[in-house]
Amino acid sequence: MSEAPENPLSPPPLSNSTAGILAFAAGAMLILPALDAGGVIDHFTLNLWGKYFCYALLALSVDLLWGWTGLLSLGQALFFALGGYMHGMYLMRMIGTQGQYHKPIPDFLVFLGWTDLPAFWKPFDQFTFAMAMVFFLPGILAFLFGWLAFRSRIKGVYFSILTQALTYAGALIFFRNNTLMGGNNGFTDFKEELGFALREPSTQRGLFVATAAALVGVVIFLRWLSGTKFGLVQRAIRDGENRTLFSGYATPAFKLFIFVIAGMIAAIGGALYVPQVGIINPSDMTPDKSLEAIVWVAVGGRGTLVGPILGAVAVNMLKSYATRAMPDLWLILLGGLFLLVVLFLPGGLVSLPEKIRGLWKKSIPATLPA
Amino acid sequence: MNIPRLSSILTVGALALATLVSPVKAEETVKVGVLHSLSGTMAISETSLRDVLLFTFDEINAKGGVLGRKIEPVVVDGASNWPLFAEKAKQLLEQDHVAVTFGCWTSVSRKSVLPVYEKNNGLLFYPVQYEGEEESKNVAYTAEAVNQQATPAVDYLLAQGVKKFYLLGSDYVYPQTTNLVLLEYLLSKGVPIENIGGGFRKDASGKIISAGKYTPFGHTDYQQIVAEIKQFAAGGGAAVVSTLNGDTNVPFFKEYAASGLTAETCPVVSFSISEDEFRGLPADKLVGQLGCWTYFQSIKSPANKKFVADFQAWLAKSTVPGIVKEGRVTCSPMVLSYDGVYLWKACVEKAGSFDVDKVREVWKSGVSFNGPGGKVTTQPNMHLTKNVFIGETKADGQFKILKSFDNVYGEPWLKGKFK
Repeated sequence: MSEAPENPLSPPPLSNSTAGILAFAAGAMLILPALDAGGVIDHFTLNLWGKYFCYALLALSVDLLWGWTGLLSLGQALFFALGGYMHGMYLMRMIGTQGQYHKPIPDFLVFLGWTDLPAFWKPFDQFTFAMAMVFFLPGILAFLFGWLAFRSRIKGVYFSILTQALTYAGALIFFRNNTLMGGNNGFTDFKEELGFALREPSTQRGLFVATAAALVGVVIFLRWLSGTKFGLVQRAIRDGENRTLFSGYATPAFKLFIFVIAGMIAAIGGALYVPQVGIINPSDMTPDKSLEAIVWVAVGGRGTLVGPILGAVAVNMLKSYATRAMPDLWLILLGGLFLLVVLFLPGGLVSLPEKIRGLWKKSIPATLPA
Repeated sequence: MNIPRLSSILTVGALALATLVSPVKAEETVKVGVLHSLSGTMAISETSLRDVLLFTFDEINAKGGVLGRKIEPVVVDGASNWPLFAEKAKQLLEQDHVAVTFGCWTSVSRKSVLPVYEKNNGLLFYPVQYEGEEESKNVAYTAEAVNQQATPAVDYLLAQGVKKFYLLGSDYVYPQTTNLVLLEYLLSKGVPIENIGGGFRKDASGKIISAGKYTPFGHTDYQQIVAEIKQFAAGGGAAVVSTLNGDTNVPFFKEYAASGLTAETCPVVSFSISEDEFRGLPADKLVGQLGCWTYFQSIKSPANKKFVADFQAWLAKSTVPGIVKEGRVTCSPMVLSYDGVYLWKACVEKAGSFDVDKVREVWKSGVSFNGPGGKVTTQPNMHLTKNVFIGETKADGQFKILKSFDNVYGEPWLKGKFK
């Protein structure tokens, strides 16, 4: 599919910083665990970076829809959380009899009066089944919802509202104790993953490497996708859906495909998030979690590959730092920064160098910027 | 290398550096974590606990600190975000190496940090009424167990001649567990099952797995439920046992008053409304309704008077950014936080060490403290023996104390206990 970049109509494929972010994530994948093992950084820092990278995957899924296809989905947190729940079910089974009640089924089921495992829980004893479900369940949900929404030509703000309702409905279902997914408390107190104790630093290092690898893999995939004809159609839909439709492209099918892919990317992030953070519950699927991810993308710079990752890492890092350093004022600080970005850097953090270069050029009149 | 690439790497790198640099350690202080939500939905309740903890630390520091070391509080914001609670707990234990943490309000926040405390062998003091069914060696439960709130309240109502009980709560683990325990307790006291209202859910074998009526958080429409209660209470001698949490209480009590039900015809005893909640609830709608806690601000003891006055004086001159100074009250979770700090101090001093294992050994051996709510004593099961009070709501949001139960032993494992 190499003809795409030669097409004179195509915009320069995404951002030229992609290689930078790839190098960074790949470097982090090797260097941070090495530093951790060598005792240079503490386990907490490594663990934190693992969480940031999971959030970066969520941000990429938001940007794939919003920045590249023009679909503002407020429901990505649902797919993220579902991925987490699917992996969480396996982790809950691996607790075995080490729970509070020392019964062979998860504590919250004992609490609800169950003595046997409900049927739909049983296959989750298998790691491979749980991993397959990480992709399958969010994928099938995205497919069904997307099929209904795009077939009915639901667009723009209506699409946003519907996706928000979808994630809210998901949260309400999971809040119920009767759903048998842990209710309000969700899943926690995990012990083992594939026989490795989760509390061991080496296991956490492994999870971190897996997360960084997933991030690199997703970036490479999205980079490739954007260079194909498919990527061109995707951007065409963003810039003028009707024209694309009248040019003979079945835009609903393209959008549906993107929506499913984005759901699965979010789900990968969620699945990797759960063993590193140690908890998953319905608060992770509320609409405000999706909105948070949209803020990351907006801060980082939408429509790019670097922007969402940069935004997710930078905002969460600032949050980690500020909730400790200035617990009374951090919200004001964070809110102020968002305002500054929206007002003065509408292109996000990734546009900062361009902006500075622009100011530089203004002061020294020279050749026109390309 | 082009500029955007370089700059994005530099930005990330600079931010990375910011998290790596940890604060300098001072030798003559002991670091103590404060892990509450200062923003988000729980901030309204939890900020008061942060305030009372800072007040307690200042009070102890003014008298020389603990083992000659001043308490250095490390305050973090859990932001009503449960995964963030786990992150902040890790930070407190693995980066700040705090000797002890005082924190959490909701059960889900406690559940999310529990593995972190167990992994690092930390110690968390948990001050808010909870459902039990848990006993970790890394948590000191200064909180009320179900038998220090719900069952004494029912005892009081039974003594008042109440024969029918309607169980109502928010749908999460604390109300669900409390009501299951209450169901067993009421049956063991000879209350027939048809006199227990709210409905039951049974499993396939017919065993009751849930008792009472549940509404989601933030529920606003109580018309149907109140109509059901009115019907239930028609013959007289009925009471409502409420574990409704937060703002839902406003529409519930409005509907309740509008339906003509009163504290005389059918009293409501609530376990989640303390003096502090009345800062955000209309107390006039609740006059005469009952509350049950291990402390009320209206307790007339010299220790309590001094505590309330000292706290108000501290608030007046506090320089904590954004702290609320007007209309402040004290309540049970605040006093259990206060008692917790003093109990920890007593344990540390008796052990002669800040070491968690040594502090725990002393805790298990039984240490007492005379707090604003009376004497509290530590138990081997990491809970507290304490006094329990039944109070009646007054129009100013305070409680008139009707009855007290002295030295009630905290028992976390209650399901299946009353047969």
